[in-house]
Formats: sequence, C-alpha cells, structure tokens
Amino acid sequence: MTDEATNRTAVERRGDRQLVITRTINAPARLAFEAWTRPELFKQWWTPASFGLTLISHEADVRTGGSYRLVMAHPSAAEPMAFFGRYIEVIPHSRIVWTNEEGGDAGPVTTVTFEDRGGATLVVVHEQFPSKEALDDAIASGSTCGWSEQFEQLDALVVGLTA
Amino acid sequence: MVHCDAFRLDASFAALADATRRAVLDQLKTADASITDLAGKFQMTLTGMKKHVAVLERAGLVATEKVGRVRTCRLGARALEEEAAWIEQYRHRWEARFASLDHVVEELISQEKRNDR
Repeated sequence: MTDEATNRTAVERRGDRQLVITRTINAPARLAFEAWTRPELFKQWWTPASFGLTLISHEADVRTGGSYRLVMAHPSAAEPMAFFGRYIEVIPHSRIVWTNEEGGDAGPVTTVTFEDRGGATLVVVHEQFPSKEALDDAIASGSTCGWSEQFEQLDALVVGLTA
Repeated sequence: MVHCDAFRLDASFAALADATRRAVLDQLKTADASITDLAGKFQMTLTGMKKHVAVLERAGLVATEKVGRVRTCRLGARALEEEAAWIEQYRHRWEARFASLDHVVEELISQEKRNDR
C-alpha cells in the first residue's frame, strides 16, 4: 500500500524559526486525522519501537482549549519524561495546533494540517519556535555532538596537552 | 555518531582552542557580522580580530566575503554540517513515525472495508 518512492518524509528549515515536515499518507484526511486524535490510535504510532521509548501514559482532550500529557520512559533517563501542552485550535479532518510546554516558554507551537489529495492526504507539520535562538538551541542540544560537546572534548585535549 | 568521529581535528583544533574564537563562532550562529562589528563586540583591535577570523576561516568554520570595504563573516561549511546532520536525524525520527502511522491507517481502512460488507 505504501509507496516508498513518493511518500518520502521531507524536513526543511524555513527561515529563522520554523521547521516544516511533509509526508503523504495513503488514506483520506478523515482517517489520518482520526489516527492523530484518538488516543488509543495515536499511541500506536507516535513513538515507534525504534525510538527506544516506552509510553507510560497518554491523556489527550483533543479539542480547542483542551490539553494533553504524554509520559514516556527511556533506558538512558533515570526519570520518566513528561510532554504536555494545550490545543490552541482543532478543526476536524483538517488542522490541529498545539503548544509544547515541557521545555518552558521556549517550546515550539506545532501545527499539523491534513490536505486531501485525491484519496491520499498531504500531512504538513510546522514547528514554529518563539525565536531563532530557541530553534538554534533545540538543534544544538538535540544534536548528539553539538558544539558544547566538541568543545568539552577539545578542552580536555588541550588540558591534557598542556599538563 | 559517525560525523563526530569524522570531525577533523587538524585545523579545527587550533581554531577552537581559543576562547575568543569560540565566542566569535557562537556570535556568528546568531547573525552574520563584519570584522569591525566583531572587533567592537569583543573589544579588540581590527588587526587582532582579522587574525582570529583568518584562523577560523582556514579551519572551514567561518566563511568571509568582501563587499566594497566591508568583510562579512558567516558560519562556514564545517559549522553548518552540524545543523544539516541534526535535520537529517530529525527527518529520520519523523520518517519512522510516519511509517508506523501508515500501519495504523491501513488497519483503519481495512476495518471500514469489513464494516461495509
């Protein structure tokens, strides 16, 4: 059913503050929306096995003004991690906008839109960060070898050389 | 990560082993800047800043372009590799997520077909 060649996931940094993810799903928009909004379906795909995460709990009141809370465990984290926020806008079968508040004020606002494309659906996810710095920080901290880590390695090297 | 191991330490080593040059790189992550801007920001002579930028440029960490009398500095290719690597990693995560979403909607479609019969 899935056409790997055409259903490619694309990610683009748009401007200073936005990441845009696009992907075509071989199903009508109403089904893609359903998979995104019914908690028992959402939890089947949001954290695939390859992430190494265990979903502990998931509560979501998917309507404008509602909120959500996902709790996950990862072998490398001592404590479970909570991800939470509010739904700013929910338009059935077409659009969901939510906040990501676990990181404080610097979290992005995520918008997902579902566009019918003759039986298939173009899914577009926008991650809008509050500032260029917030996106840069997300990139720097999310990267497994961000500058800070490289600098620490270099510092250690320099200390070793000068000792 | 492979690209960490591949991080070439030769010219970068000398370039990054200096606190001012590391601060210049952090500054350029925020915005491009002229050598004059950087000299002002780090309270340094123009000549001193030119030397620092030249070291960073040799390491591929900074690229410069002279337009008229102003030399503008921005992050170089090697500094940008980090962002490209992060975006690719991020894309992989979404790819895995969408692949598992495909299975969920396929199941929904076959349920609907069964119900229609």
